[in-house]
Order: sequence, then C-alpha cells, then structure tokens
Amino acid sequence: MRRVVVTGMGVISSIGSSLTEFWESLKSGTPGIDWISTFDVSEYGAKVAGQVKDFDPTRYMDRKDAKRNARFVQMAVASASEAYDDSGLENSLMNSERAGVIYGVGLGGMDVIEDQHSVLMNKGPSRISPFLIPMTIANMAPGLLAIRFNFKGTNFTLSTACASATNAIGEATRLIRGGILDIAMTGGSEATITPLALAGFSNMNALSRGTPDTASRPFDRERDGFVMAEGSATLIIEEYEHALKRGAMIYGEVVGYGSTDDAFHITSPEEYGDGAYRAMKMALEEAGVDPVEVDYINAHGTSTPLNDLTETRAIKRLYGNRQDLNISSTKSMAGHALGAAGAIEAVATLLSMKNSFVPPTINYSSPDPECDLNYTPNFGVEKDLHYAQKNSFGFGGHNASLLFKKL
Amino acid sequence: MEKTSTIQEKVISVVADSLGMEAGEISGNSRFIEDLGADSLDLVDLVMELEDKFEIQISDSQTSSFRTIDDVVKFISTLEEK
Repeated sequence: MRRVVVTGMGVISSIGSSLTEFWESLKSGTPGIDWISTFDVSEYGAKVAGQVKDFDPTRYMDRKDAKRNARFVQMAVASASEAYDDSGLENSLMNSERAGVIYGVGLGGMDVIEDQHSVLMNKGPSRISPFLIPMTIANMAPGLLAIRFNFKGTNFTLSTACASATNAIGEATRLIRGGILDIAMTGGSEATITPLALAGFSNMNALSRGTPDTASRPFDRERDGFVMAEGSATLIIEEYEHALKRGAMIYGEVVGYGSTDDAFHITSPEEYGDGAYRAMKMALEEAGVDPVEVDYINAHGTSTPLNDLTETRAIKRLYGNRQDLNISSTKSMAGHALGAAGAIEAVATLLSMKNSFVPPTINYSSPDPECDLNYTPNFGVEKDLHYAQKNSFGFGGHNASLLFKKL
Repeated sequence: MEKTSTIQEKVISVVADSLGMEAGEISGNSRFIEDLGADSLDLVDLVMELEDKFEIQISDSQTSSFRTIDDVVKFISTLEEK
C-alpha cells in the first residue's frame, strides 16, 4: 500500500507565525489570547480572542494580491509559503499534475461579506466590489495556492466546520494512497474574528465570557466556552517513496484516518461521544494499531462544557482509564481557529513527536470529576511519542481523527 | 476646470492605489492590460474608484474604449470642459 508522510509544515497562529515561534509557545505554555482590539466589543458577551496581531500579508504577496484576497486566503498563502520552503520542494522535483491542494475552511471571507454588506446598505449595489465573490468563496484558499505553487492536480475546499482541516488532511491522505496524487498541500485557514461572526457564536452561548488569562481552560470544571481564534496551517504530505527519492526530511507518517457523523443534532455532540469514538477507533483500525500503543492525543478540547465531557467519554471508551496516555488541548494557548484548528493542531502534534515533548493544557485549576484523564495540566512533559492522535469535531455532527506515527 | 496634467496625476494616483503599484511606475502611455497587468475585474474596480474620486459616471461602453491612462484623462477632461 502507498504510504503517506509529512514533509513540510507552516503555521500562522495567535501563538506564533512560524514553526519556531509556535513551538516555543507550545513548549513554554505561553498563551496568545487577548482582548479583541480590532472592533468595539463593549456590547458583546465574549470579548477575547486569539488574534494574529502582527500579521502583514505583504510579507507573503505583493500589495495588489494582498488587497484582492480575504484574510483567510492571505493566511493560507503565508502558512503554505513556510511549508513549501520547509519541504525543500521545487517544481522540478514533482509532477505538478499529480500535486493537489485539499484545504479546510469553515466559513471563508466573512470579513469581506460584512464590509461589502455595509457598502450595499450605504451606497447601493453599483458600488459592490467585483472582487466580493472571488474574495469570499471558501475555495479561494486552495485556488490561490494552486496558482502560487503550480499544483495542478485535484483541488478543493472541504467544509465541516471545526473539523474541516482534519478532514482535509485525511482526505488528502486518501487521494495519495489511492494513487490519484503523489503530493498534496493540505491544512486549513480561518479568519473570522469579525463583528457578525463573534455575535453569532456568542449568541449560541458557545464562547467563553472570561478574561484573557483564563477564558480557554479545556477540561477544567469552570470552563464556559471556547475562545475564537484565527490562523492557518499547511502541511505538505507526500507518498513515502516519492519523499525518500528526493531525500526529504520526514516529520511523521499519516497512518490512520477516521471520519464519522453523530447523526444527532445540528450543533450539540451526541451525549456519549459515540461518533467521536467511532472516528478515533476507525483511525486506529486503519493503521492496525492497538490503543495501548498510542502515547498522546492532541484533543479537540474546545473548553466548552459539552465537548470536553463527550470527548473524554469517547477517549475512555476507546482507551479505558489509562493515566499514562497524555492528552492535551493546545487550544488552551492558541484558542480555537475553527476550520483551521485541526491543521494548526496537527502541526503541534507532529512537532511534539519530533521534539519528544507533550505540550500542556494550560489554565487547568479545578478538576472536573467527569473529566478525569491525564490532560497534561499546566506543564508539558518530555516523552517519546511513537503514535499520536489528533481529534477534531464540528457543528453538523462531524468527527474526524488522524493517527500519526514517528518514523 | 482642472488642468490636464493635474487630472493625469490624479488618475495615475487612483490607478496606482487600485493596482497596488507606485505612481512612478505609471505614465500617460501605460496600457492597462499589457503594461499594468490589469485583468477584467481590475478594470471594473478601477472604474468604480475613478467614478468615486472624480464624482462622474462612466458607462460600460466608455470603459471598454479605455486602453491607456491618457484615454481616461482625455475622457475626464472632456467631461469637465462641458
């Protein structure tokens, strides 16, 4: 069977806009959550977010392209540029027709929609930008990446809310395994810290109303919602022999992928995490890996009361009460970047394997009797990681899980 | 009435801003598509900017006759003479 390995990564996040910065933050438990500074939040219940404060798109593209692309696309280009450089790829080293881009985006250009809707209301339809549609559509992230990097194969955006990027990595893996592609750029991007999106999530009671220092506290008894974040991460994944042939550096192998749906409720997870359990189990079965072999789970761990409880139940059903299994939610530091979260956290997982270090779940102070696993509270631990699992779940009942192996 | 040279300067500044270029890279002879790399969407956007900045209306047929910066300058000068 064709095997798939990760040979390049790039990240833009609230805790770092390069692999080095990002890993330093994860390792030291440094959060990136702060009061929202880009618009007035005095009338909002939720007032904090994981913003990428110093993001300058013109570092990655010319002024014209920066102007013509929504923030989520700019961030996709930024993380993909780092991943491409990191992979050592060049066009001469690949068949561009067998190189694809499979990307996860939950919403897309909300920022542009909101801005142009004000133009419509104030100045009328004749003033609407001809770039509204190309800037807004969720598939423009992989569309622009194809142009930038000359990846001419299968190309699409996959949208399963907060599971988008994890599903994208899994589906891209399947395309390489199935012989359709040799190489793929995959991951996700999201930038929706906007007035409308914040109000929407806030009125679902999905967001924490806390202060920056403690708002994101996954698995803690006092958790009260997630903290919205923005960012992007891109992974270059490649057929194993293809990677070996060009002498690529390998972060790890994608050995398993599971994908299910709860078929239960539009936004609430099924009470016992059955869909999550089945996705995790499917990933292990595909890899032929026994649960006792897994050393680390980078959890979805959103810090909402329901997610963390049902995810814990799903993990316990598959792994039992194993306290030697490290679990952590890196959302405690970076916040929840929605459709990009799975990619940012897959990068975190692969860096954890590479560095033999489990990043912590920070802001953990009050144990929840119903969440009684080893969440790696507050301080990371050194540990050799042979197999690590990455979970993501999304509104719509989507569950996605990846299993990585250190080579 | 504005002088033609002032109008040209203003048009170049609008075009530079819209296409993300420096004013110094653009002259009266610059062709939108061939020299400035504009595509059809850029032209629609550019015409909107010009309409806003000069407080004028530019029809679609007029737009399709613009090849160079000076075509636009000439069109605006004629309007302002009226």
